[in-house]
Amino acid sequence: MPESPSSVTEVRDGLGEVGYLADESAALVSFLAQRLGKPILVEGPAGVGKTELAKALSRSTGRDLIRLQCYEGLDEAKALYEWNYRKQLLRIQAETADEAEAGWAGARGDIFSEEFLLTRPLLEAISSPEPVVLLIDEIDKTDQEFEAMLLEVLSDFQISIPELGRIEAKTHPLVLLTSNNSRELTEALKRRCLYLWLDYPEIERELQIVRLHTPELDETLARRLVEIVQMVRQLDLKKPPSIAESIDWARTLLLIGAEDIDRKTFEDSMSIIVKHRSDIDLVSERVTVKLSAGSEEGVTGLPGAGA
Amino acid sequence: MNERSGTAASLLSFFEELRSEGVAVGTSEILDCFEALDEVVWTDPRDFREAVAATVAKSQEDRRIFELLFDRHFFRAAEAEALEQGISEQRFDGGNRLDLDQLREAVRQAITAGNDGEMRDLARLAISAFGRRGERSGVIGVDVQRIRRNLGLQGGRGDGAGGADLDRAAVREFEQHLRRELERATIERTGKLPPSRPLAELDRALPTSPAQDLATVHRAVAQLKRRIATLGHEVRGRQRSPVVDIRRTMRASLETGGVPLRLKHRPRRPRRPEIYVLCDVSTSVSSASVFFLSVLHALHDSFRKLRSFVFIERISEVTDVFEHERDFRKIAERISSEGGVADVSGYTDYGRVWLEFGDEIAEDLGPRSTVIVLGDARTNGREPHAAEFGRIAEHAGRTFWLNPEPKLYWNYGDSVMSAYEPYCDGAFECWTTKHLENFVNVIASGARGASAN
Repeated sequence: MPESPSSVTEVRDGLGEVGYLADESAALVSFLAQRLGKPILVEGPAGVGKTELAKALSRSTGRDLIRLQCYEGLDEAKALYEWNYRKQLLRIQAETADEAEAGWAGARGDIFSEEFLLTRPLLEAISSPEPVVLLIDEIDKTDQEFEAMLLEVLSDFQISIPELGRIEAKTHPLVLLTSNNSRELTEALKRRCLYLWLDYPEIERELQIVRLHTPELDETLARRLVEIVQMVRQLDLKKPPSIAESIDWARTLLLIGAEDIDRKTFEDSMSIIVKHRSDIDLVSERVTVKLSAGSEEGVTGLPGAGA
Repeated sequence: MNERSGTAASLLSFFEELRSEGVAVGTSEILDCFEALDEVVWTDPRDFREAVAATVAKSQEDRRIFELLFDRHFFRAAEAEALEQGISEQRFDGGNRLDLDQLREAVRQAITAGNDGEMRDLARLAISAFGRRGERSGVIGVDVQRIRRNLGLQGGRGDGAGGADLDRAAVREFEQHLRRELERATIERTGKLPPSRPLAELDRALPTSPAQDLATVHRAVAQLKRRIATLGHEVRGRQRSPVVDIRRTMRASLETGGVPLRLKHRPRRPRRPEIYVLCDVSTSVSSASVFFLSVLHALHDSFRKLRSFVFIERISEVTDVFEHERDFRKIAERISSEGGVADVSGYTDYGRVWLEFGDEIAEDLGPRSTVIVLGDARTNGREPHAAEFGRIAEHAGRTFWLNPEPKLYWNYGDSVMSAYEPYCDGAFECWTTKHLENFVNVIASGARGASAN
């Protein structure tokens, strides 16, 4: 394995450089995964940066990212490999009658060679000459059978193709599996992975993240924004705002040139962080009230805003 | 390896303890853990802890138990070691000379700064200061709260809007320090460790107040949804469906020289379940019905074809209420005010409920529908009309009963669970999230219980 990191701090700094502020455990687990060559199973609510972690790791290590998006009914033909039957068909038909007799033995061996193999993400990751980052996204959306199929890839980094034999990894991919925890994964899969639980960041870290992505935004405004987002997350919403959405919101505020988040600004731009009709009602009922109170207290609060 | 044997042994006994709490720690996990520990710096307790956690605790639930046990175990391990070697820490004696206000301020600062070592020192200072004033009750939990109150520490309650208040998590951390120092003092005084106790069932019992931890229920229900949706999938999966899968057929045709001799069919997609939930909201299950309502509440977010009913003496459909209200408290209010489920006495009448349900709803039931009853089957001595329930169960594809009482109490007193049980595809006790998950597991594995028909 080339250049595997020597300390946790190195990993954290590396991630920081490419714009991902990892917390203690995320950095440590990423470090362990690279040192031990084990897959990481990342769980957590939607929008806390699970997928982003994989992207950041690929950027910071300079590896390519291969992504396998899981969904119900995903099968090996779409995840591992598939025989390119059209090409195989052509190969058979291209043979003219005169060489057909003699060529059959050759053709049989021929059409099941690597040339006719369509690589799908998993095989691609395994057979890549350069080490890659393999992201298996939302593994909980697949069926249990698919998990079972993954086991060979994850523990031995090899794929068995009946016609070809075993394809072993030339390099060790760094594997991340993400799950939204919509179902319990099998013990066998979990056993092979390091476990990382990502949660919504605390206020200070989220502030850092927002500041990192929108450095032009005024600091006090950014803090206020993060405070409100954290407050909104406390409510029992269908879909709490994710980190990406707070960043989007910060950008919006920047665009419309808001100087303070008062009631009106909030109502206008609320739809960026809250995306369900019923959630919007709940948020405007709970948070907006606090906001107007807040801007009265605040020194910069515009008195005319809370109409 | 030799000089580490102390830690290794200690870790192993920690894993043993984890196992006894139901965390599945396999040998491969233990090996992974030691391998991971080779890679991290041991001097940083946080790294050590995270490395162990990442390799051993593989779900959020496991992680929670891990957190609960980790501190306790290694604190005990350290104390046991100290006892054995006869090490005791010097008690700090300057407490009386220290001004209380000064101490208060120092604690506040330490908490705000989040300085671990300082908090610990201050916790000991505070303990000795208050110990001198004779306010020690001897019960650790009480002492911690007393000291906290005396120091004037209040966790921020206003969701961050409170202003000068301290971060609640940080205050809790300080409390943790207090608790640990008090325990340490007790251990040093008595010269022995308190007996280790398993985690109380209380630590993981169901959330009693819905606002408190609705998220747990939501999570369990999210799983329930997934399991119900794929129920029996593996059995039906490869059955023939009328739709031909062109891609697989073509691929198969290669074996026969490009002539599609064998047709491949698309696997059948799992059916969309229709769920009927009947929930008892009478007083005999009042504590459980809060939980049941949260389950209903959570189910509504997950399924589109879900009809929910509440009943006491009569049954009433509340599907609309759940569809239009998001706030749990409002739902509870609306159900109690306009549900119209109590008639005169306010006691549950299961028999009448079945008759009404059978009259009005049963014809909508089909083989695709699943009926889930949440109730304690206590009829208050009234006619159970089990045959009517049987008729409903017959109409429905599957029927499950979740009972909030421990199995031990079934059929005692006025509980007529045994009358209904034969008609169900499964009857389960359900008073912790674990039970709820168990229910999910059982129906997912396709076990159809001891079904009578």
